[in-house]
Amino acid sequence: MNKISYYPGCTLSNTAKNFDLSARESMKALGWELDELPRWNCCGTVYSLASDNLINHVAPIRLLVHTQELGRDKLTTLCSMCYHTLKMSNLMVQKDRDKLEKINFFTKDKDAEYKGRVEVLHLLEILKNDIGFANIKEKISRPLKGLKLASYYGCLLTRPKAAAIDDVEMPTIMGDLINSLGAQAVYDPCLTECCGSYHTVMDQEVVADKAERIISSAIKNGAEAIVTSCPLCFFNLDERQKNILEKTGKAYDLPILYFTQLLALGLGLGPEVCKFDLHHIDPRPLLKAKSII
Amino acid sequence: MANAPLNYTPVETNDTLQLSGDRIGDRIFLKIEELSGEKVFRCMQCGSCSAGCPMHDRMDIAPNQIWKLLQMGEHEKVKNSESIWACLSCFTCGVRCPKGIDLAKVMEAVRQLLVRKRLDRVDGNKIPKEILEEVPQIALISCLRKQSG
Ligand code: SF4
Ligand code: SF4
Repeated sequence: MNKISYYPGCTLSNTAKNFDLSARESMKALGWELDELPRWNCCGTVYSLASDNLINHVAPIRLLVHTQELGRDKLTTLCSMCYHTLKMSNLMVQKDRDKLEKINFFTKDKDAEYKGRVEVLHLLEILKNDIGFANIKEKISRPLKGLKLASYYGCLLTRPKAAAIDDVEMPTIMGDLINSLGAQAVYDPCLTECCGSYHTVMDQEVVADKAERIISSAIKNGAEAIVTSCPLCFFNLDERQKNILEKTGKAYDLPILYFTQLLALGLGLGPEVCKFDLHHIDPRPLLKAKSII
Repeated sequence: MANAPLNYTPVETNDTLQLSGDRIGDRIFLKIEELSGEKVFRCMQCGSCSAGCPMHDRMDIAPNQIWKLLQMGEHEKVKNSESIWACLSCFTCGVRCPKGIDLAKVMEAVRQLLVRKRLDRVDGNKIPKEILEEVPQIALISCLRKQSG
């Protein structure tokens, strides 16, 4: 069994257990263990953009130190926001040794020095590059036949370029995975448009607007569900359908799924690892109609 | 330049003409450039940032106009705008800018100028309980990180 250090982050350990469990179980079925860091903290969620804000980079760098302490040189994560924060902070200290020294000096009482050599990877990158979509396809025991899915990347998987896991404007990595599971990836022009992100806390209306645009575009392009990799995108597209309904009277009822849930189903795992009870729009009727569950 | 007058001298581009806060003698302008790491005078007003901005409909000053106002020394207008709070660092403007400059960083610099003076946009204590219970953890943390000091 291959092992890779895994950082779940706050949301996957709380509200997004459907994402976490389906990933761990799918990876196990593929012969990989997502080995959770024994010590971890919140990464801070956003990569600090102000040039003098070094303190905000301490949290993500600590996670890289914990990985290094295990003698590992790779760390994977699933949440797009965690991925982005870890990836960008890592790139920042790899480029700017002066900042790395300052951070190491600040944390030296508690942690070892970070050497700058850990690689931050999104799980999609491991599925594509280390396992290979062709190999995944061979292991699919329950092809997701007849399911039309729009991939939704949002902002942080493909922007800025330095952190992008695929093409900045036309990513295909999630669509390629969907196709290898036997489902059909449909193109959606809103695939990298922002869902309104954290405005969901103070301005639900703007998020409902953005979500409606993304959802209606996916439907127009033939999608029966949207696939995502971010618990905040998931929440805004799933839960905010309630706000769309209140605002416009339109019930889209479009299921939102994590790519790992589809992977789990394709690999023949039971729907219990997908925790569909955590969804606002229940995907089970659609999956039953397609004889997938 | 076939049609240019005989005494035509090409205007230097912003890349070689080192316009900066030094020239316009403005401390706040310099601070924005320092915090963002961006050269504000590099913007040539092509408008690509505004064209792709998902929050343009919630902004009172369009993304390209943020640069222009800063170039004009009108940073007070920028500081008082809705746009700096509407921007949610989606990085679309930055990846599309032909001059390779990143408005997300400038927006963050201006927000930082404010929140460092306790001029927060969001008060964590005033977030309604039902929202606290509903939203994912990453939403709360990013909201407070971006909109309070
Ligand atoms: S895209 Fe770049 S050059 Fe064009 S207006 Fe925006 S910041 Fe200026
Ligand atoms: S980073 Fe801000 S200004 Fe730039 S496109 Fe996104 S929301 Fe608009």
